[in-house]
Amino acid sequence: MRLESHPIVDFKRGKEVTIYFNGKPVKAYEGESVAAALYAAGVRVFSRSFRFHRPRGFFCAIGKCSQCMMEVNGVPNVRTCKIYVKDGMQIRTQNSIPDAENDALAIFDKIIDTVFPHGSHYKKFNRSAKLRELATKQMRKLAGFGNPPKSVPDVDAEYEVIETDVAVIGGGPGGMSAAIHAGKYGARVIVMDENPFLGGQLVKQTHRFFGSAKERAGTRGIKIAKILEEELLSYDNVEVRKETKVFGVYGNEVAAVEKDRKLLRIKAKKIVIATGAYERTLIFENNDLPGVYGAGGVQTLMNVYGIKPGERGLIIGSGNVGLILTYQLLQAGVDVAAIVEAMPRVGGYFVHAAKVRRLGVPIYTRHTIVRAVGNKKVEGAVVAQLDDRWQPVPGTEKKFDVDFICVAVGLSPAHELLYHVKAQMKFVPELGGLVPLRTRYNETSVEGIYVAGDVAGIEEATAAIMEGRIAGLHAAMSLGYGGEDVKKELEEAVKDIEAFRAGPFGERICHGLEKCTLEKEVSL
Amino acid sequence: MSNYLERGYLEREDLPPFPPEERLTSGKPVAYIECVQPIPCSPCYESCRFDAIQMDNINDPPKLDYEKCTGCMACIRVCPGLAIFMLQIKDGKGYVTIQYEFLPWLQKGDRVKLYNRKGEEVGEGTVTWALNPERNDRTQLVTIEMNKDLIYEVRAVRKR
Ligand SMILES: Cc1cc2nc3c(=O)[nH]c(=O)nc-3n(C[C@H](O)[C@H](O)[C@H](O)COP(=O)(O)OP(=O)(O)OC[C@H]3O[C@@H](n4cnc5c(N)ncnc54)[C@H](O)[C@@H]3O)c2cc1C
Ligand code: SF4
Ligand code: SF4
Ligand code: FES
Repeated sequence: MRLESHPIVDFKRGKEVTIYFNGKPVKAYEGESVAAALYAAGVRVFSRSFRFHRPRGFFCAIGKCSQCMMEVNGVPNVRTCKIYVKDGMQIRTQNSIPDAENDALAIFDKIIDTVFPHGSHYKKFNRSAKLRELATKQMRKLAGFGNPPKSVPDVDAEYEVIETDVAVIGGGPGGMSAAIHAGKYGARVIVMDENPFLGGQLVKQTHRFFGSAKERAGTRGIKIAKILEEELLSYDNVEVRKETKVFGVYGNEVAAVEKDRKLLRIKAKKIVIATGAYERTLIFENNDLPGVYGAGGVQTLMNVYGIKPGERGLIIGSGNVGLILTYQLLQAGVDVAAIVEAMPRVGGYFVHAAKVRRLGVPIYTRHTIVRAVGNKKVEGAVVAQLDDRWQPVPGTEKKFDVDFICVAVGLSPAHELLYHVKAQMKFVPELGGLVPLRTRYNETSVEGIYVAGDVAGIEEATAAIMEGRIAGLHAAMSLGYGGEDVKKELEEAVKDIEAFRAGPFGERICHGLEKCTLEKEVSL
Repeated sequence: MSNYLERGYLEREDLPPFPPEERLTSGKPVAYIECVQPIPCSPCYESCRFDAIQMDNINDPPKLDYEKCTGCMACIRVCPGLAIFMLQIKDGKGYVTIQYEFLPWLQKGDRVKLYNRKGEEVGEGTVTWALNPERNDRTQLVTIEMNKDLIYEVRAVRKR
């Protein structure tokens, strides 16, 4: 299942190691996530859900869906897509007897809903406190949230206090660009990312990018990530902390944990939040089966780890992500049965659609997926045509034999940290969900807290880079760095992004922005 | 507006005018751009040193002046939409140059199947020139010799 050759990417695999899955040895390579290594070994069912004991596989591969939780070295509920293999690592399935593949308690899936329909646990066992206690205890046992380890490691935790001008959370294109442009004018900057690499979503974009030459259009996403990283590292006043997860922002202090051990307390004058986005899912029968993946999950598996997601897939959603993903699957030698789109027309750029069409992939507009077929994993998908009221037209069902289904129906901003700082938020559908109010310079309603990239509204990597530039420049400027030069560049940056959004594809974004732009006057 | 977005491919009426026969047979290939939708993209425009591509702003679809196009192939190297094709007619044979990003890489002399915009097989052709993919960030440029009438519709090839 591992790809040996690929037209665009050379997969540099680390040293071979052995991890243990329910006691059985599995071959893996250093640098691979546990989830990816298990996937490559053919494991599809990672655990069981705690209520119905439904099979759980993986979905997003970016640590944002919790589908992939397993017990790792005795610690339960570890997101295995965000933890990397080490020789001798012990991985176990959760909530299953004897294992996730053949779980005896899966019988609940069939009967539980008749006895305890959805929501009934709020009403049953309420009358007597004794009964409630007993029932809760028994249900907990069955549900099984995993068993915490019996002992805690007996070592002192490390701790570090860092003072800086600008703290950037997230090392994707938005965050890197913010750090570069603040660092360029002399501000001291620290960039933190939970991944062991920088680049965010860019590391799996093997295709050439759109935009203007200034934004490096015509260059592959993976290259753009490299270019940004090199520039970032060329500034001595910019510090990069990888494998560093920010878990809180308190006023102007950022709290993070580095390499799973070391606590960081960062006192920053300005903070840029560039945490990216979550993948959305879609409601259809069996949408939780292993084999139903987020588009990014498949991209990560295939383009980062060089692992084939399957033999033949179905893509739901014809936005740019769905179209590009289809092309990337073909490049990796994977068949795509079709692209299914509920809207009457292709959502992404036409040229991307043309690219996959001429390679023989049909696009069904005004169609939707009705159900995934399969027992423990996806074995097929049923698709139907939609009428004018978006209802499936009876008799139009088509079945596709596929071993995976990719949901590429959009993203939502990953906005948790914005609540910590009490930024004013607003639901703006055009921008993908709850987004912070912000000025033209990407400062939120809280002074000194900036946003850049998908967390401010779902757009493109190019837009994220431009937004990061604006946020970084403004942060540096308001700290007194850069003089006239920084003001000039900031004005230019604002003009550039306006031009970028001026076309029909930017119209929706501009509509959204109208709803959440703060008219706080910021003097230049 | 045309409904090419419902189909995912262009029909004759959506396409820009084809280069005139004299230009196609003039001895140099000519660029043909199938990028009709306003999208924020301009590397083709920026890469053309001969002013052959016009664009009012980054969202304006590119328009090509066939007289000014020298066939230098700078634009087809960078187009992220894989939407530019070089066309030529020589000695009664047709030649189409396309961007190719699949394994195995193509080599001069390879026989390939030809596909139209809808993905239908329309014939076979021979590779007459293939750029080393490493020379263009792994987007190989390949020229395929085919029946001259096919140059208006062949937009993909596959080696089988
Ligand atoms: C699946 C997918 C496919 C896409 N395909 C395309 C495409 O084909 N073309 C295109 O132009 N755009 C594409 N995009 C969009 C583009 O990649 C994004 O717009 C762009 O990457 C956004 O940049 P960003 O910096 O805002 O976020 P991201 O690139 O998502 O980066 C965010 C970074 O923040 C880190 N992070 C998040 N929370 C924390 C925390 N608490 N602590 C530390 N680090 C944290 C993450 O690990 C990540 O590295 C795609 C996006 C996704 C999700
Ligand atoms: S082939 Fe050369 S001259 Fe012709 S349009 Fe492209 S870049 Fe311009
Ligand atoms: S570079 Fe390609 S996709 Fe971009 S505008 Fe030019 S022809 Fe269209
Ligand atoms: S959290 Fe691991 S797959 Fe989503």
